[in-house]
Amino acid sequence: MTVTRAEYCVIACAEAWRGDGEVLASPMGLIPALGARLARLTFAPDLLLTDGEAMLVRPDGTPEGWLPYRRHLEFVTGGRRHVMMGASQIDRFGNQNISCVGDWARPDRQLLGVRGAPVNTLNNPTSYWIPRHSRRVFVEKVDMVCGVGYDHAGGARFHRIPRVVSDLGVFDFATPDHSMRLASLHPGVTVADVREATSFALAVPDGVPPTREPTAEELRLVREVLDPAGARAKEVS
Amino acid sequence: MGDKTMTADEAVARLRSGMTLGIGGWGSRRKPMALVRALLRSDVRDLTVVSYGGPDVGMLAAAGRIRKLVAAFVTLDSIPLEPHYRAARERGAIDLMEIDEAMFLWGLRAAANRLPFLPVRAGLGSDVMRVNPGLRTVTSPYGDGETFVAMPALRLDAALVHVNRADRLGNGQYLGPDPYFDDLFCEAADEAYMSCERIVDTAELTKEAAPQTLLVGRHTVTGVVEAPGGAHFTSCAPDYGRDEAAQREYATTPWPEYAERLLDSPAREGS
Repeated sequence: MTVTRAEYCVIACAEAWRGDGEVLASPMGLIPALGARLARLTFAPDLLLTDGEAMLVRPDGTPEGWLPYRRHLEFVTGGRRHVMMGASQIDRFGNQNISCVGDWARPDRQLLGVRGAPVNTLNNPTSYWIPRHSRRVFVEKVDMVCGVGYDHAGGARFHRIPRVVSDLGVFDFATPDHSMRLASLHPGVTVADVREATSFALAVPDGVPPTREPTAEELRLVREVLDPAGARAKEVS
Repeated sequence: MGDKTMTADEAVARLRSGMTLGIGGWGSRRKPMALVRALLRSDVRDLTVVSYGGPDVGMLAAAGRIRKLVAAFVTLDSIPLEPHYRAARERGAIDLMEIDEAMFLWGLRAAANRLPFLPVRAGLGSDVMRVNPGLRTVTSPYGDGETFVAMPALRLDAALVHVNRADRLGNGQYLGPDPYFDDLFCEAADEAYMSCERIVDTAELTKEAAPQTLLVGRHTVTGVVEAPGGAHFTSCAPDYGRDEAAQREYATTPWPEYAERLLDSPAREGS
């Protein structure tokens, strides 16, 4: 059976937590949540997972710890956490906006608010998941800096944006000026597709690799254990 | 020792226009909705509301009671964007102090500890600094020399919270998985009004539940209101979950109609 785009996205999200050790994986969105659980079940067995409410749980849902908001915030400030947030807008230095579109004083569209994006980005690794890569999301300049990008971070001690995963590919900031770089393309996507859907000039190295293939065991876990109902296809088709 | 029981309307009668009011819970979880509804029946207005915002903020904003909001977000959780808050913001109807979730928490902690501010590693580099030009920074006096935001105390004139059980003296108990920050709201406030699902004898509180469920101390509480279903339609685990149908109705009904027809309908309370 062929691997779907949504499944490549699950793998690309899971890879964000590789090598993180005994830290809390905080995925926002279904595909990052599948990725975190897949990582925990395979190559990152020490990861801590949440039930999205107030408990730390094993992948099968068994509680193993207490995680009310007050303790969750201490995971953030203590740095033992790697979050994958969403972004209504993101720019070439990784500044992220989830607060509002337009002028902050009287927005065209009020969104969630800054939430924990400022504290996340200054304290623990912060990756992003964008299920629909478009020029409206990948913008030249965000309307409100919520998550702090490299050009605003001033070399802050604990600031790090390991990766951005979209439905088209994986991106990082491994360039001299920490501007966004295309790190891998999901199979079936071209560099031209990504450029077309991105408002800013993206760094594109020669010979961009494809996002890696899932192993047979990873595919089995995703299809039979983690998401047998196939909800992942609703987030990325 | 004083019996602090009162009705929701009696609690709200002690509030005045222009106050800074903290509201407990988180998003659409364990919000003191019976007290908020009582507030909407009163003529209190020009409020500065401090909240991890949910429908409490949406209703008060829709009714024009909020002059200024202090918040990191406003959400209904299962409905990510709060429609009435959103409409109020998009018509420029309220002032906003938009801060990060951790800054908000440090602000309450500073207030509860009678400190003017606490240093927090959050906000710098973000537009939270641009939209709050009054925020100041502080540099560590030790060798590291790091600069932090000096998060000012969020001192509250009054706080409203809702818990599962309480005694008549103002000892409040939560029985769900998350205390949110209701204890801190009460500690940061000059007066706190706590509603509960059920008032019980003090001895009853720890008969079956562990002592650490005793979240709110009576020394921080001014009034206790028995309000079964008092968080409805938000969740109040384990007594009840969120009433998603009622929340959807709230989110999709134009505010004047909702206020007229559904706000105080008996079916809304304790259903």
